[in-house]
Amino acid sequence: MGAAPSSHREQPIMNIDRAVATKEKTMRYLLLACSEESLEANSEEVLPTAWVREMDGRGVRQLGSRLRPVSDATTVRVRSGELLVSDGPFAETKEQIGGFDLLECRDLDEAIEVASRHPAAKSGTIELRPLWEE
Amino acid sequence: MSEDVEAAVAAAFRQEWGRVVATLIRLTGDWDLAEECAQDAFARALEHWPRDGIPRRPGAWLTTTARNRALDRLRRRATEAAKLQEVALLPHPDAPDDDASSGISDDRLRLIFTCCHPALPLEARVALTLRTLVGLTTAEIARALLVPQPTMAKRLVRAKHKIQNAAIPYRLPPAHLLPERTAAVLAVLYLLFNEGYAATAGADLVRQGLCEEAIRLARTLAELMPDEPEALGLLALMLLHHTRRAARIDDAGDLVTLEEQDRTRWDRSQIDEGVRLLEAALRRGPAPGPYQVQAAIAACHASARTASDTDWAQIAALYGRLAELVPSAVVELNRAVAVAMADGPAAGLELMRGLDASGELAGYHLLPATRADLLRRLDRPTEAAAAYRQALALAATDAERRYLTRRLSETTGND
Repeated sequence: MGAAPSSHREQPIMNIDRAVATKEKTMRYLLLACSEESLEANSEEVLPTAWVREMDGRGVRQLGSRLRPVSDATTVRVRSGELLVSDGPFAETKEQIGGFDLLECRDLDEAIEVASRHPAAKSGTIELRPLWEE
Repeated sequence: MSEDVEAAVAAAFRQEWGRVVATLIRLTGDWDLAEECAQDAFARALEHWPRDGIPRRPGAWLTTTARNRALDRLRRRATEAAKLQEVALLPHPDAPDDDASSGISDDRLRLIFTCCHPALPLEARVALTLRTLVGLTTAEIARALLVPQPTMAKRLVRAKHKIQNAAIPYRLPPAHLLPERTAAVLAVLYLLFNEGYAATAGADLVRQGLCEEAIRLARTLAELMPDEPEALGLLALMLLHHTRRAARIDDAGDLVTLEEQDRTRWDRSQIDEGVRLLEAALRRGPAPGPYQVQAAIAACHASARTASDTDWAQIAALYGRLAELVPSAVVELNRAVAVAMADGPAAGLELMRGLDASGELAGYHLLPATRADLLRRLDRPTEAAAAYRQALALAATDAERRYLTRRLSETTGND
């Protein structure tokens, strides 16, 4: 490998990076905040109020909401043409989706950073799902 | 002459494959296209180099050829005006082997970090690293990792889809994530090395070659991240283990314990290099991380001329440090062995009590095997024999069973 001085070569590479950066391609992710409902209960410190304010300010959160508990949920299925309606979801897991947010981020690393600051990341689990967009 | 050219292409493949693919991924954003075009470029080298001679800078030739190939393919694919514009924007790769600091070799670093992103499943990280950075084929990776080929093919496709669909970035992680992500990269390389290290003499050559590939990748990483002492530490650790490869398996294909190895068959130059790298790493960092500590343990073994020269007190202290850094039952067990060697078997046995109680290593044959060895040395043959029998029931390979059977018969013979 030669060791030619490279100062004149750095220019085009920086331009490429800028070209990519100015395209500002963004990705949308659905953030699902899952925690145990008993924990969720109304405790103010679990509510992501400050997080919402910050992420709205940064422009990475497009919309979102806290969800009513599973006891208020309804499950709908159609089997062999028959409509089946029942109470609650069937999931056996203790953790339930307590809220959702639609994020618009540069890439997964930014979405991870945003998710890591959501209070549910500490008490429960956060799932990041990229939107199916093409 | 044609043999020379073939050798030159083979050498270029080993040296340049990862670089060419990494650059092409940056230029096109398309992993499959990047691999295909890199492959094409090497095929063309086989055609052109015998006729035109080996280029002065093979890496630059290959990258430019691959880039032009990508341009052709994208042009053919592009029908809409917008896409054609994108093709026109496809940047020139710039002389790729000119200077490591020009950002070109950062492509390989980007590639390593993307392949080892924690959002990918661990098996996929390992496979993707072997595919894109080392250039092994899917069939070779499947053989090396003992996985059926269709499974491996699926694994690679899924990983590439996830990179695309979840927008796993193709760039270096930001500073605050760098330590954690670097640890993830090092873990993948170490896993690769251990896969190769676990391969027996009769195993597939591709599988045995994993150690060399892991060392090569660790070397590249250490070059690309000169300020990361753990990268140097990992390279030192691998070298200090690899130095024993000729001595650790006997003619029958059985593992030879460290104590019984013929130390004249250890690769001295590799020991020297490993020790030198470890010293360099220790000089650089504030407090040594887990790879440096493990390398220091390996260095203690490697620098002992005979098994009885081993500085067990130092090794026991290093395992103590390792247990603080990465607490685990296996580290505790190794510490107990070192303490037993330094302070006597009773002290080791005492440390093992906690391990037995925790039940964490239940089912791991080395737990009763170690207890058996300590009891044997304490001259408690009845208890030792019982522990050997326990270990025998748990041992997974014939070689291990042969070793334990031999020990058991020695113990009961003395009974």
